[in-house]
This record gives sequence, C-alpha cells and structure tokens, in this order.
Amino acid sequence: MRRDRQEYDLKFTRRALLLSGAGLLAFGALGARLYTLQILESERYRVLSDGNQFSFRLIPPPRGRVLDRFGEPVADNRDSYRVMLTPEQAGDVSAAVRRLAGLMPLSEDQQRRIIDTARRGPGFRPVLVAEDLDWETFAAINLHAPELAGVSPDVAEVRDYPFGPAFSHVLGYVQPASEEQAGNDRLLRHPGFRIGRAGVELARDEELRGAAGSLKVEVNAFGRVIRELPDQSIPPTPGDDIRLTLDADIQRFATERMSGESGATVAMDVNTGEILALVSTPGFDPNLFVTGISAANFNALQNNERRPLFNKSIQGTYPPGSTIKMIVALAALEAGVMRPEEAVSCRGHITLGDRQFHCWRRQGHGRVNMRDGVKTSCDVYFYEVAQRLGIGRIRDMLQRFGLGPAPDIGVAGVRAGIVPDEQWKRARFGQGWSLGETLISAIGQGYMLASPLHLAVMTARFASGRAVNPVLYRDRVPAEPAPMLGVNAAHLARMHDALEAVCHEPGGTSFALGGLGIPGVRMAGKTGTSQVYSITRQEREQGVRTQDQLPWRLRDHGLFVCYAPSDAPKYCVATIIEHGGGGSRAAAPPARDILRRLIERDPSGREGDLARIGAQRSREG
Amino acid sequence: MAIFRETVPRGVVAKLYEINWSIVLLLALLGLTGTAMLYSVADGAWDPWASRHVIRFAAGIALMLAVAMFPPRFWMGLAYPVYLAALVLLVGVELFGHTVGGAQRWLEIGPVRMQPSEVMKIALVLALARFYHDLDPDKVNGPVGLLIPAVLIALPAALILKQPDLGTALLVIVTGGVIVFMAGLSWKIIAAGAGAAAVGLPLFLAYGLEVYQRRRIMTFLNPEEDPMGAGYHILQSKIALGSGGLTGKGYMQGTQSHLNFLPEKQTDFIFTMLGEEFGFVGGIAVLAVYALVLANVVAIATVCKSIFLRLVVIGVGTTFALYVLINAGMVMGLLPVVGVPLPLISYGGTVMLTVLIGFGLILGAHIHRNAEPPRGTGLFG
Repeated sequence: MRRDRQEYDLKFTRRALLLSGAGLLAFGALGARLYTLQILESERYRVLSDGNQFSFRLIPPPRGRVLDRFGEPVADNRDSYRVMLTPEQAGDVSAAVRRLAGLMPLSEDQQRRIIDTARRGPGFRPVLVAEDLDWETFAAINLHAPELAGVSPDVAEVRDYPFGPAFSHVLGYVQPASEEQAGNDRLLRHPGFRIGRAGVELARDEELRGAAGSLKVEVNAFGRVIRELPDQSIPPTPGDDIRLTLDADIQRFATERMSGESGATVAMDVNTGEILALVSTPGFDPNLFVTGISAANFNALQNNERRPLFNKSIQGTYPPGSTIKMIVALAALEAGVMRPEEAVSCRGHITLGDRQFHCWRRQGHGRVNMRDGVKTSCDVYFYEVAQRLGIGRIRDMLQRFGLGPAPDIGVAGVRAGIVPDEQWKRARFGQGWSLGETLISAIGQGYMLASPLHLAVMTARFASGRAVNPVLYRDRVPAEPAPMLGVNAAHLARMHDALEAVCHEPGGTSFALGGLGIPGVRMAGKTGTSQVYSITRQEREQGVRTQDQLPWRLRDHGLFVCYAPSDAPKYCVATIIEHGGGGSRAAAPPARDILRRLIERDPSGREGDLARIGAQRSREG
Repeated sequence: MAIFRETVPRGVVAKLYEINWSIVLLLALLGLTGTAMLYSVADGAWDPWASRHVIRFAAGIALMLAVAMFPPRFWMGLAYPVYLAALVLLVGVELFGHTVGGAQRWLEIGPVRMQPSEVMKIALVLALARFYHDLDPDKVNGPVGLLIPAVLIALPAALILKQPDLGTALLVIVTGGVIVFMAGLSWKIIAAGAGAAAVGLPLFLAYGLEVYQRRRIMTFLNPEEDPMGAGYHILQSKIALGSGGLTGKGYMQGTQSHLNFLPEKQTDFIFTMLGEEFGFVGGIAVLAVYALVLANVVAIATVCKSIFLRLVVIGVGTTFALYVLINAGMVMGLLPVVGVPLPLISYGGTVMLTVLIGFGLILGAHIHRNAEPPRGTGLFG
C-alpha cells in the first residue's frame, strides 16, 4: 500500500512535469508569435496601421478669378454656408433628411433629390444638402450637428458674378461636372467643385481650376474624421486669375444703355484690337446657374423670344446692311473703277433686266458723288459701284476688313459670317451667280452675314488702317502694333471724311444724333438697316406702311458702326438692335452714348492704374 | 503513524496564515492590468468598464479567500450536486436561454444573469476529482474508470456544443481530458484515443459544425483572403499588435483600438490593445505573469496529499491556462476566433467569478494540502 502510494505520487509528479512542459511550450509559442508580429514584422503592420488611421481628403482649389482690364473682379468667389450629409454615417438617410427639413427649408423635391443622390453614390461620399444658407439657419444646424449623425456643416467657396447679367455671355457660368465628365476624377466628383460651362469660364477652365490639395486626416473604422493634420497636408494650388481686356464700367454702361432691347454691342480699341465691351441683351444672371437653376427659371430663359441665353455679339449673324458701304466704296477707289467726284443719278430705283432695284429713299437722292453716296447711304450709287466692281473685288475688300471667317477671341461659339461670291453660291446652292446678287451684296443684303464682332473688327480696321485682330484677354494683346492693311492712305482718308459727314453734316444719315456731345471731339459712323421682312402689297393696301405697324419679330434690324475721335481714331463701337427699325433711329443713339463713355473714360489711356481708378470710382459712386 | 506528520491548520487565522500570497499578488496584478486597459478602452474613463471591473475584482478576491477556508470534505460533498445542478442549468439554457449573437449561452434566474457553461467548468473539475478520489487507483484504466469520466465529460460538452459554443465545449473536453490524464490514464489507451481522434476529427469538422463555425476556421486559416469580411477581426488584431512594436504606442495611444478598428476590445481583444499600447514588452510581461501563476498552481498540485485536491488544482489550472492560451492564440492569429476572454483582464462578470472561485479552490487546496479525506462511498458521502 505504501509502495503503491509512492509509485502513484511519482507518476503524478511525472505527469505534472509533462503537463508543465506542454504549457511552457504553448506559452513559448505565444511568445514567439508575439516576437514575430511585434519585432520582426512590425514595420509592415505599422504601415497597415497608418493606412487604417490616416486618409487623405481632397481639398478643392479656389477657382481663379476673372478680372476686368483694371483688375476689378467680374467673376469672384465668396463664402457659402453649406450642409453636407455622409450617407454612411447618417444610417437612415431619409430620417436624417427629414430631421434636417425641420431645421431648414427643404422642399419635398429637394428632399427626394438628396435621398436619391445619397442612394446612388458610395456611402462615404458626402452629398450636398443645401448651400448658400443664411447665417441663422447655418448656426441652427451647427448647434444640432452633434445629434445629427453624418451631417456636417461647412463653409465652401462659390462663384460669384458681381455684375450679374452684364457679363453673363462673356463669362458663361460654372456648374458641377456631369456624371460622364467626372468619370473617376476625384476632384470633378467633389460636391463643391464646379467647372466652366460657357464663355471665359469654359475657355480658360484649365487655368482657372488650379490643382487640388489634400488634407491628411485621422479616421476611425467607420470613416469618421477624428483629427485633421494640416501640417502634413498639401495645400491646393489656387487657379490663375484671368484678366480680360474688357472694362467693367463700359460693359455695365453698355448693358444698361441697351436694356429693354434685344441686341448686341461690341466696343474695341481700334489700334490694339482689345475688346472693351462685349454685350448681348437681354442677358441672364449667371449666379442662378452656380447653385442650380430651377426648371421654371431655365424654361423662362429658354423660351424668351429675345433669346437671353444666346450671345448675339459673337453668335448672332445678321445682314450687315449699309454699314459696309464705305468698304465697298474704298474697293472702288482702290480698283480705280470710280472717281470720287463721279456722280451717279439716283431716281429712287434702277432697272436691271426685268427687275427693279430700289433705293431706301423712294424719291431718290438726285445726283450723288462718292462722298454723298456714303453720307446719305444711297443704294442706287452703290448699285452702279457694284456693277463696275463685280462681286470678286467686293468680296476681297470685305475679307480684308475682317468679314467672313470667325475671329478667334479665345471663347467658344464665335460664328463665321458669310461674304458670298460665285464659288460660294455654287457650293452652297449649286446655282450660278446673277448680277442682281452683286448689287444686293454691295448694300450688305442678300446672302451676306456678319456678327456684331465682325462689324467691330471691320470698323477698327477701317478707323486705324491696320489689320487689327480682336483680343479678349490681356495676356494675348500683341506686343507689336498690327501691320498696315496696305490700303491707299488718301483713299482711306476720303472715306473717313465721308463717315464723319454721316454724323456731322446735314443730310448725313445720323446727323440727327447731334454728334458725340463732347466739345472738340468729332465722331464718324455708318448706319445700316437689315431687312427682316418685306411689307407686302396687300398689307400696304390695308394701311401697314411703317415698321412700327409690324409685329416686333418682323421689324428690321437696326445697325450702327462708329468710331472716335474722327481725326485720331481710338475707339470703335458696333451695335445692332434686333427688330429695332432703321439703324439711325434704333442703334445709333446707344452706340453713340457708349462711344462717348469710352472717350470720356479713355480705358486704353489708363493702363493698370487701379488705385487711382478705384478712388475715382468711389468718388463717382 | 509518522512522527513528522504534517498537520492541517485549523481556524480562520491559521488558514489565512497559510494562504499562498504570491498567487494572490499575481492575480491582483492581472486584475489591475485589466482595470487599466478597460480605462483606456473607454478613452480614459472609469465608466462603463473599468470601475465595475475593479469592484467585481475586489469582491471576487474576497470570495476567493472565503472559498479557500472550506475544507476539502466540504467540496467533495458538493461535487456531484453542483455537477448535476450545472447540467440542469445547461438543459435550461437549451430550453429558456437568451440568444446572444446566434448562440444561447445566458440564463436569467430572477435578477441573476449567468452562463451555466461557466459554472460547468468548475463543476466538472469537482466531479471528476471526486470520482477519481473515490476510485481504486488500480481501476483507473478499467471499464468503470474509463466510462464514467467519459460520460461526465461528454454530457456537458454536447450541451455546450449545441448552444452552439465550440470554444467552451473544447475547453471543457480538454480540461476533462487533462484530469483523466493526470488521474493515471495508461499510455496505451492514450495512444488508442489519439488514433481515434485522428479519424474522428476530420469527420467532426465536416459534419459536426455549424456553418459559421466552419467559416471561422476557414478564415482563420487564411485571413487575408477576405479582409473586410470574417477575416477582418484577425487581420486588424494582427495589425494592432504588429504596429505596437517593441514598446508600443503608449498608454491610451493605440490607434487601432481607439479608432475602433478592433472589435470587442473590452472583452476578447483586450490583449491586442495591450500589445498595441505597450508593445512586445507589455505583451510578454503579461504572458509571464500568467505563466508564473500557472507554475505556482502546478507546485501546489504536487504538494497536495489527496487525489481530490491534486486533480481539482490541476483541473482549475488547466481551465485557466486554456483561457489564456486560446485567447492570446486567437488575437495573434494562431487560433480561430472563438469567444474566449482573457481571464481577469477582459471585462465580464461570470468569467471573473468562475476564475476567482477556481483560485479559491486552489488556495484552499494549498491550505489543506496535508488533509487526507477518506474515500467516499455514497453519492453525497
């Protein structure tokens, strides 16, 4: 019994030692594993841990501003108080949106849109709930933010167009990138980021955008940002500012002067080609597009018969009418087919074959030489010139003055005009050219088309005698003066004299205007009317005799091109008023006023002297 | 009778004098480590875990000391009734239990919420120890000596497996097996059993497991296959440990833990957090404390005179060791994710109670190491 007991004890001790050995082995394995993980492979796991802990949030760059020639911002950025919703963190998105709707105005439509967007995108991407909130609403949401999971109030920059409609067509506007455009681009997908949609915003979008930065943040397992680490972040590179040649004051003045009319005005420096005003009326408020225009507002713009979304200054092409007559006359002088003093007899019409070609003045102008022909805009005189010149030489001279091809001013949508000839007609209609069409072309009617920008370029070239090209951006103004057109200076001088007579001599088509209104400064100009509709015999018999009795959309377009000072040309203005009736009546007064403003302000003569201009402006204001 | 007969102390004062204070000290170290980690889990707050943990721990230590005062006879008498009661509770779980995370583990009796499987861990140790104490040592490898312990182990194991709680079931089986081994199971039978297991285990893995249990084992084998799914916890745990490096990220500075990349860090993954914040040094230190506790336990077992006390000490020690090994092995990616806490450090009342009552028995065994209670004859004798 005692031996048994001892043997039993020994056996127990042996087995206890064996068990201890197994335990030691197991603990040794744990220690070895810990050593592998924490010492040998530590570096690898540290990287993974950092990857868990940190992530980079995109910081959209501030968009570059667009400045007028003096540096005044015409497209700027301002703070917008926004509310974002991160679906992942919110859990029940509809409940979160409903709770938000209790704190801020959110229509049923908006709520649906937010919920839809949240469901479509990946849960970690914040969805914009509202922007441009007033301070009280924003403060209320900030106060409740801790109880609203996934809701983050923040401040973002939004585009601001301080001049509203005045720059609407030139600048265009910005909007969020579409789904196709955005693709997988993180910046384009960022809810606060906007890209240019039209005008300068689109044309120079790449420079205006800048480069995104990234903010290093510490996140928890649910993606919530715990901490921001600005020291280790890359700041965004702001977009470049773009400086235009436009003068905000002239642009605004021109817009106001033409308000109520459907038309366009282009003002240029005749020597440099710098565009000082590029106006199309009516405009629209580009600010509406930035935060998302309502369907009703958009439809109103879209369906307005005066086409506010259409940039008439570069996209609208019209028969230039009599505004090209001095160029045609110049072509006659250059070709030597007409002596300046040679008189043509105007009895109100001529007959060519079986067709009658009328002068605008039914009773005729009597005997008319070249100066009178331009001054009184006598059509019969130009029928004679056209017959002697032929369409080829008319075409050549008009093209030398910039008509035809679309000028490149660095924005999209500039339309080409038409300077017709035989080849053009054959290519276009497969028909031969008739002499009658040459006659009609010489007075700027028929197939001929030009945009207000074309007319401004033509006027600038005519005034300066140089082959100036239109420029919209300060960084593209050529350093050298444009080459001479190569037109005989004496011939050009004769035409300058004739255009001065248009404005300053009795019988001139815009004599009634009374000149520029600045003592000692004379202007030169040319009226034009482009016919939209011929009053029928039937209507005439029913008593419709004047344009005023026609519906608006059937009335003639009025055109006026002018420049000043006439003895040393500096600025030119080309204006068209759609369906405004004759050019002398509808287009000349606003064009003259804009030209006077240009002479008074002399934007080209005050390069970049911002401080002085600013001070002067505040005094004026 | 021998002249130098070692005596059994009588009276509370004498017994307290015989308490193995080194174990108490080591346990206190673990309990306080747990409190400190739970304070960190809550981002530096006593609520909701640290304060309750330390209070439970203090109460548990008192209970442990109280348990240690009772003589072995008392526990022998309780062994079978407690085992039966635990068995009934397990059946009760099956019938009325609370379902937590797809498994029925909890039973609510009045205000007490308990896990009968935890009770069973102690009860099984007591029952097996009692059985072998009463058995003639020569009959350990006889039919009765083999069959009865097998039934005693298999009944609770089956009920726990049905909850389903694979981790605890395995823990119960291994603990029972170690007791049987220490009671003197012959190597021949061990070899035969190992052979049977080699055949039976693949069959069990194929047919005896719930889908989620099998998936856990599969993801354990290759956690990086599915980093956002079931393998996520293991991977994140390894990242936390690995990034802790030699000395850790600092107390309350564990990014993985505090940014919630770790799951259940107040319970099952608390060792990960410790390893992340205190590094290899901290992890090894904690494992060393556990190893020291276990060394003391084995030492106590070898000095006990009675078979009952020896087997109780070994059984409780084994359960404790398995807790530590399974938990640490799991968070280090050595074992599949099974819900086993780290004793005395993880938050959780039932486990702490079980462990401290168990250590009460061990301390009691040490105090009464010279007692030689007679073999019982009846069930409650």
